[in-house]
Amino acid sequence: MAKIKGSIVVEVERCKGCEICMVSCSTGTIAMAREVNSKGYHYAYPANPELCIGCANCAIVCPDGVITVYKTKV
Amino acid sequence: MERELRLMKGNEAVAEAAIRAGADGYFGYPITPQSEIIEYLMEANPCVTTGMVVLQAESEVAAINMVYGGAGCGKKVMTTSSSPGISLMQEGITYIAGAELPCLIVNVVRGGPGLGTIQPAQSDYFQAVKGGGHGDYHLIVLAPASVQEMADFVGLGFELAFKYRNPAMILSDGAIGQMMEKVWLSPQKERSKKVPEWATTGKPENRKRNIITSLELDPDRQEAFNQKLVAKYNEIREKEVRLEEYQCEDAEYLLVAYGTSARVCQKAVQLAREQGIKAGLLRPITLFPFPSKRILELSDRIKMALAVEMSAGQMVEDVMLAVNGKVPVYHYGRMGGIVPTPDEVVENLKERIIGG
Amino acid sequence: MKEVTGTKEYIKPENLVYRKSSLLTDDIMHYCPGCGHSTTHRILAEVIEEEGIVHDVIGISPVGCSVFIYNYIDIDWQEAAHGRAPALATAIKRLLPDKYVFTYQGDGDLAAIGTAETIHSCNRGENILIIFINNGIYGMTGGQMAPTTLPGMKSSTSPYGRDVSTMGNPLKITDIVATLPGTCYVTRQSVHSPVNVRRTKKAIRKAFQYQKLNRGTCFIEIVSNCPSGWKMTPVQANKWMEENMFPYYPLGDLKVPEEKQGDQPKTE
Repeated sequence: MAKIKGSIVVEVERCKGCEICMVSCSTGTIAMAREVNSKGYHYAYPANPELCIGCANCAIVCPDGVITVYKTKV
Repeated sequence: MERELRLMKGNEAVAEAAIRAGADGYFGYPITPQSEIIEYLMEANPCVTTGMVVLQAESEVAAINMVYGGAGCGKKVMTTSSSPGISLMQEGITYIAGAELPCLIVNVVRGGPGLGTIQPAQSDYFQAVKGGGHGDYHLIVLAPASVQEMADFVGLGFELAFKYRNPAMILSDGAIGQMMEKVWLSPQKERSKKVPEWATTGKPENRKRNIITSLELDPDRQEAFNQKLVAKYNEIREKEVRLEEYQCEDAEYLLVAYGTSARVCQKAVQLAREQGIKAGLLRPITLFPFPSKRILELSDRIKMALAVEMSAGQMVEDVMLAVNGKVPVYHYGRMGGIVPTPDEVVENLKERIIGG
Repeated sequence: MKEVTGTKEYIKPENLVYRKSSLLTDDIMHYCPGCGHSTTHRILAEVIEEEGIVHDVIGISPVGCSVFIYNYIDIDWQEAAHGRAPALATAIKRLLPDKYVFTYQGDGDLAAIGTAETIHSCNRGENILIIFINNGIYGMTGGQMAPTTLPGMKSSTSPYGRDVSTMGNPLKITDIVATLPGTCYVTRQSVHSPVNVRRTKKAIRKAFQYQKLNRGTCFIEIVSNCPSGWKMTPVQANKWMEENMFPYYPLGDLKVPEEKQGDQPKTE
């Protein structure tokens, strides 16, 4: 059976570390980085990229339009 | 519509002139003594002839902000009111000045302060020429002294407003608004289809977005903007002064009066001259810019200036500034809705001459 | 541009499912982390772009946190005095009836100082869209009490909690405008979760479509957060909003237009 797989791209400098994407991610793909961006925010990143299904919930809820989402069947 | 002679109230003349000037929109709220303007427009219903929008707003506050919105689209828009209503509009007027939008505001002045009286007065001079709302700004202020000028200054007001991207005001009063005179009305002008490059009409592909705003948080940029306004006002002072002189050639005593008071003073000059007093009248037509330069010139050959106003003494301060101490400057005024008589003015002038 | 990416092999143009609207400018929005203003700006830009009305839309920005919305969405804008946006919108729409006109206002702007302009533009049935962000607080000026601040809710001008006996009750202005014959579509939404963002976006789309049909005023309240003003993290703020704001300001349509033959706007 074909599996849905996804991937996200996070624009680090635009991220304000609000964590709303992280709590909206049902697969646990996203976590907040230990490092900070130049504004001092712990930015979101795909900590478990293999779990991503490209549902785009993170991008849809992200206030700042930081996340771009890709999705495919493998 | 051709040029046409009619007998009209000053208020009606403003309304008819607005339609004929090709105005795009009128937004107003009724208040005595100028409600005939919106009544006339509603009855004329120019929406079906020229396409001009006429709307009765829920308040003067809304009306002036509708003017802001319409002016921001590059449209020829106007409002009219009387003193208490103009006070309510001050917020919108300062935003319009700050956003450099052209529009026309007519104030048919009544006596104040507060609810005051519905009778004519000239007690809103300071408010009109010194700014009125907050911040450093000026309106271009035209003072009609006849029904003809009520009509003519609508077109002139729009012209100056668009030339300088600045709000213009016709500062009239209850007497000129209510009196009937014959008036030549201009032929119907077409509404302009031209869209100024700064107007917000939906951003086409070939230009950057237009933003109509008066906000600038950066002090350096705000100051630069203020300096730009100052330069504009100086240009207006240089180029747009309008005035009328009556028997000033050999005058020893100069009456300075605008609007209704100027009509009274014209008669007063005749009466004074019959009594051997060489009086003359300078009538500022533009109150901003004020004809300071001409008054200064005249002050070299006069003995005294008397500002006659239906107020406690407002324009007199600008006369004093213009004369700059060269000759004595006095004020004669009636208030509360009372128009001075020519005899009163002559009596006061004579008292000043003897007293001086 | 620094990026962190997931599985690289899936990142191909043909696999793209979401990217922020190109109508958003490159300016990073000045809002605090997690602010609902940002989310609303983003989906508003998406709808304007997707509906293909970029060249025919004029927005009115308010006074308050969202005064600078004109820096973020690449369309023509007018910035109104506090509360007066619906008056501007009225004139713009009357003078340019073929254009799409909307206001974007906060609770202080729309439901306190601008109450008269709000009610009367809705009552006249102006063919405009009013987007109303209700976060129950004055964010820009530092967290003062708003007309929509909940009973007992603390703010810098109700430091012991809003006492309705002296400070008045929260104003449900959306319920009021829904009763006016001039409004055609009145709805209350939020943007704190993916499903709510989708619903709000659909509401904005519908409102622009109704505007094209000249059906009257469309009014969309978005119950939103103010993490800084509420002194919470964004995630806490959204939870608090669900537990406290939504019971007082329940989400859903308050008024939907009667169907007319052939003019029902298409849905997603």
